[in-house]
Amino acid sequence: MSVATSEVALRTGALTRAAIYAVLILFAVYYLLPLFVMLVNSVKPLEEIRSGNMLALPEVFTIAPWVSAWGEAQIGVQPTGLAPYFLNSILMVVPAVIISTFLGALNGYVLTKWQFRGHRIVFGLMLFSCFIPFQIVLIPMARILGTLGIAGTTWGLVLVHVVYGLGFTTLFFRNYYDAFPSELIRAATIDGAGFFRIFRRILLPSSGPIIVVTVIWQFTNVWNDFLFGASFADFDSQPMTVALNNLVSSSTGVKEYNVHFAGAILAALPTLIVYIVSGRYFVRGLMAGAVKG
Amino acid sequence: MAFLEIRDLRKSFHAFDVLKGIDIAIEEGGFLVLVGPSGCGKSTLLNTIAGLESITSGEIHIAGRQVNDLHPSQRDIAMVFQSYALYPNMNVGENIAFGLEMRGVPKAEREAAVARVADMLQIQHLLKRRPGQLSGGQRQRVAMGRALVREPQVFLFDEPLSNLDAKLRVDMRTEIKKLHQSLGTTIVYVTHDQIEAMTLATQIAVLKDGILQQVGTPEQVYSNPANIFVADFMGSPTMNLIPASLQAVNGTASVHIGDFSLKIDQPSEALRAHNGRDIVFGVRPEDVTDVSSADRSARAIETVECGIDVVEPTGADKFIVTRMGEKEVTARVRPSERIAPGDKVPLAFNMDKVHFFDPQTEMRIG
Repeated sequence: MSVATSEVALRTGALTRAAIYAVLILFAVYYLLPLFVMLVNSVKPLEEIRSGNMLALPEVFTIAPWVSAWGEAQIGVQPTGLAPYFLNSILMVVPAVIISTFLGALNGYVLTKWQFRGHRIVFGLMLFSCFIPFQIVLIPMARILGTLGIAGTTWGLVLVHVVYGLGFTTLFFRNYYDAFPSELIRAATIDGAGFFRIFRRILLPSSGPIIVVTVIWQFTNVWNDFLFGASFADFDSQPMTVALNNLVSSSTGVKEYNVHFAGAILAALPTLIVYIVSGRYFVRGLMAGAVKG
Repeated sequence: MAFLEIRDLRKSFHAFDVLKGIDIAIEEGGFLVLVGPSGCGKSTLLNTIAGLESITSGEIHIAGRQVNDLHPSQRDIAMVFQSYALYPNMNVGENIAFGLEMRGVPKAEREAAVARVADMLQIQHLLKRRPGQLSGGQRQRVAMGRALVREPQVFLFDEPLSNLDAKLRVDMRTEIKKLHQSLGTTIVYVTHDQIEAMTLATQIAVLKDGILQQVGTPEQVYSNPANIFVADFMGSPTMNLIPASLQAVNGTASVHIGDFSLKIDQPSEALRAHNGRDIVFGVRPEDVTDVSSADRSARAIETVECGIDVVEPTGADKFIVTRMGEKEVTARVRPSERIAPGDKVPLAFNMDKVHFFDPQTEMRIG
């Protein structure tokens, strides 16, 4: 009797498993298809794309579209390729991510371990900033950038992204540090460590997972941002996303689809790399606060 | 002036008073245990001594210096926390040295100090490990090492043994006592465990609801509890506290509990003044015994026949529960005594060691 039931359980288990795998594979293919199309068509000559089958593997393999997208394609008026804009994006993303992550960590530290009167309200307001749509801040932000004299510069964009990201980074670090035992802070206080030394020596070394989460989050958001880049950048500070748009939607000449595909992949590459390198920490970091008592 | 002196210490959060005027003094080398039920303010009191929490009013003096407004790091204290609070990112050696490092002690000196402390606590082999790789008992040692290395004026312990299992707790208790005896440093120790308090302390301070109930040596607190709360809190099994009435005639007096009557030896003036009134009669289980194990040096022993409800052998002792008036009374008899529930046996009350409390004020009479 019991043998029969366990056999039944085993068989249904195998069936269910097969079904689950079938669905998962289907979804994986579905989600990978766009990337496949982009990759395949970015290494075909243009004639092959025009002739029809987008899903076919290339008959003639060429990296010319990549070379063109990176260094030769017409962006706006200059035939510079995406390279200078890629550099612009890097120059914007790196400081924006570092500064917003650092400030978020500092905010989280203060909001959990050095609580002051009204700390809840301050945190509530910062949380609220996470829900403000990008478009609403455009005009006030433009005025502030103008007043500060950094309109149209990379540093202006850095400021915009730091301000906009602060709500999120603060939220991440506050929730992480909330679970961090306060007795450690007290012990360090008695040991004679001050505000910044406790932060640097006790808190930061234990913040690996949440730093990874925040960096991925900020990197992805800042790198992929189009609206702020399109609104606040000059020609010489335009980020990758805006350049990609200018490449793809240029109205003169032939539409070079293979170059567009290569450019799009180039634009997506850094975030892809960040995810692949630190993705498992991302999941671990997101879970850390939930599991720890 | 005493080595550690606390005068009229008050602490309130908003409108809520946590500490309501605490006065405690302890001599150099003393071991003060703050004991009380959870929420009595004992940890808050310790934190105010440490400077981790501000005080509303009052004074704290350590070694003749008023430390009210001093930062925790400047009070020359070291603290062992309930959770041990070891820095998870540093190894044991770095944990112990951290306080010295913050004070700018040169590296060579730090290493020597760490080695000395590790030697004392027998944790030399653990110095390179992270706290996460240690057992509870080892973490406890490291936490003590971190406090010891600083050679402070006062050690503060906040329920340091409550996270250990029962056996280890007893071992570490002995170890702390040994450490205190060899170092002779003043210690303030918080616990809710009255046995820890009795075994470790040179002075016990019993707290309840932010009010100091009694301060004294373990002997004083145990034998002369100031009120019903202290009598009930200290001792295990707890003191029998029985509602009774008092009759005093011509310099003699007796307590009446239901049908029972016990004669009091040399009643005090204050006690006799309660003639005809209700009182609470207190007697510890070890002072209610079978007749043969009654204390021979006692001046007065009263024997009464009692019906036995429950028998609880513990191995070393045998506790029996009887009923006097409305109240259950626990007595301690020899383990070899053959007693079964339902028996009627004579029980000897050691009248030298009985206590009387006023049921209204809950204070000790006489």
